[in-house]
Amino acid sequence: MSTLFQGELVRLAAPNPETDAEVMARWMHDSEYARLLDTAPARMRSAKHLKAEIEKSWEKETPDEFFFLIRTLVDDRLIGLIELDGIRWTHGDCWVGIGLGEREYWGKGYGTDAMRVILRYAFTELNLHRVSLSVFEYNLRAICSYEKVGFVVEGCARQFLQRDGRRWDIIFMGILREEWESRQR
Amino acid sequence: MNDVPLFQGELVCLAPPEPDRDAEVESRWTHDAGYMRLLAPEPARPLSPGYIKKRHEVVEKEDDKGFGQYHFVIRARADDHLLGFVRLEYIEWTHGAGMVRLGIGDPHERGHGYGSEALELILRYAFDELNLHRLMAITSEYNPGAVRFFERAGFTVEVRQRQALRRDGRRWDALILGLLRPEWEAKRKGGDHP
Repeated sequence: MSTLFQGELVRLAAPNPETDAEVMARWMHDSEYARLLDTAPARMRSAKHLKAEIEKSWEKETPDEFFFLIRTLVDDRLIGLIELDGIRWTHGDCWVGIGLGEREYWGKGYGTDAMRVILRYAFTELNLHRVSLSVFEYNLRAICSYEKVGFVVEGCARQFLQRDGRRWDIIFMGILREEWESRQR
Repeated sequence: MNDVPLFQGELVCLAPPEPDRDAEVESRWTHDAGYMRLLAPEPARPLSPGYIKKRHEVVEKEDDKGFGQYHFVIRARADDHLLGFVRLEYIEWTHGAGMVRLGIGDPHERGHGYGSEALELILRYAFDELNLHRLMAITSEYNPGAVRFFERAGFTVEVRQRQALRRDGRRWDALILGLLRPEWEAKRKGGDHP
């Protein structure tokens, strides 16, 4: 079997709303996780709501979005999510977003491994030309992980976020196909 | 409070979209692929007046639901004819951030200061009425006119997304520009706005 969806520590899996919605709802009680993930105000959602969201996404199955859950190889534990979206097929560009809801897996290479797997998917299965992301200035752990897999800082939207009484930049990063390829050799 | 007319400049005014009146003209603009490619990365294609009316209806419904967006058309003060559009979109109220888009439809009507004045009006609206903290504008390496246009109004190029666009057989960078409230205020005090 091909290992397109498998890394060294994690694999990418399809969501199972019956069992996974509960876990994902629990992640959102961790406001730090929410504020690392999104510009939208941190808020909690019920498992029922998330389950309905996943099922709704099956109905509209848009071709510019690929959503996966991240599971550990060792014990198949659900630890996070990762997604390619905003795909512009004519230009070969897309956005990637990742979140690790289970804190004890932060800073241990699980996110970096998931990102390596999805980059391979973006370049060898979707045949895209580049992958873009944005990350908040205060998320140093993420920036370090993105640089590790080859993302380059391309600029920053100054003072975009207002949180905890001050303003923060959003940093934009990108990786090109040829940069990714030269790292595989 | 200053009794400043928010929607009126010397050459142009901002007005609400009136699809029944304007859809024919807007449709004609979309048949100019050059215009469409300056506006957006989506594949250029001509849009029928009927389709354009439908789009406006969708936007109106979104407005009712409280989406963070403000759509205007630009009209000439001299004879009220339609010049283009200007919009604030993707407003995130918690952060005071939004995005501006602007187009002058007929190439012969560019370079006469209509766009610059409309931009001045929408910036004042964004900062003095909506109380935003920053605005973003997006364009591309193949549209240096737009870069200069926004830079003249005080924007700075903040992000260069390398090779994010492909058109006419080569790759181009996508550009993100930004303008902060204090920068806009300093420019206004500097005498650009009498």
